[in-house]
Amino acid sequence: MSMFGRMNTIIQAKMNKVLDKAENPNETLDYSYEKQLQLLQNVKRGLADLVTSKRRLQLQHDKIQQDMEKLDSQAQQALSANREDLARIALQRKVGIQSQLQNLDTQIVQLGAQQEKLTDAEQKLQTKIETFRTQKEAIKATYTASVAQVKISEAATGISEEMADVGLAVQRAQDKTEQMQARAGAMDELVASGALTDSLGGGGDDIDRQLAQLSSGGDVDAQLAAMKAQLGTTPQKQLEAGK
Amino acid sequence: MIVRISGLGQYELDDSSRQRLEELDHGLTSALHANQEKEFHEHLRAIIDFVQKQGKELRHDRLVPSDVIVPPEDVTLEEAHRLLTDESLMHPLPA
Repeated sequence: MSMFGRMNTIIQAKMNKVLDKAENPNETLDYSYEKQLQLLQNVKRGLADLVTSKRRLQLQHDKIQQDMEKLDSQAQQALSANREDLARIALQRKVGIQSQLQNLDTQIVQLGAQQEKLTDAEQKLQTKIETFRTQKEAIKATYTASVAQVKISEAATGISEEMADVGLAVQRAQDKTEQMQARAGAMDELVASGALTDSLGGGGDDIDRQLAQLSSGGDVDAQLAAMKAQLGTTPQKQLEAGK
Repeated sequence: MIVRISGLGQYELDDSSRQRLEELDHGLTSALHANQEKEFHEHLRAIIDFVQKQGKELRHDRLVPSDVIVPPEDVTLEEAHRLLTDESLMHPLPA
């Protein structure tokens, strides 16, 4: 099936078959309107969930950032105490979680964009439901039953499609946040169990791990050198300042 | 004809656009089946540009069904595969 055709099928399947349910057009209208209001509540709930997920990721982001700062100062301390081996371990951990921080950054930005889109969609939907309410009263007052049926059919199908499309957007957003949460949860466990240094090589065998350490070693070496330089020059400067 | 870009809204296009849209749909679907990520997104971008340039956005207070529904602009290739195959997407909205 073509992509457009499939989109149509999905949206059609999501549309509530309001029209079959009532024989009296006026009843159909009221029933449909009530259903729309219920669905709008669902959309609002979906949006609220999205905001909660984003906040959770943000908290995790802050936590990792704090961990990184802590590891950094631990490395400094270790180096001051002439324990380069410890400093190296701390910096290796820091480099390990740094990429996770970047991942989280990306995810938070993505969720933010999704939130913006859904908010727009929700507002549009609200306008459409209000239009439907006005039209329904006009149809009830003005048309004979047979003409009304045609008018209702178009309006009800139009708004059902809108609801179905927003529903799909909410579903996509939920799927995405679930995936992110799963990844973030796994990350939490890793940090908590201290397994992060071991996972630098992606959990592979010893050679994998050593290779990974070599590649992140460049970064660690650079940071170590910078710290050493700072430690080395600070007393010198103080001496010069004291002259 | 009325075209919906999923997640964005509805546009009214001249009926003569139908043929061009069918060609674009064909290209999009082929890229998806061939797993060509770059081509897939190029086609999707082209479709959305075409609809937005040729069409006029429908006023939000108009209630009409669409003739064509275009996938959302941020859909990934993996997600598009799911859209094509996953039957759980076929559930009606909970009321």
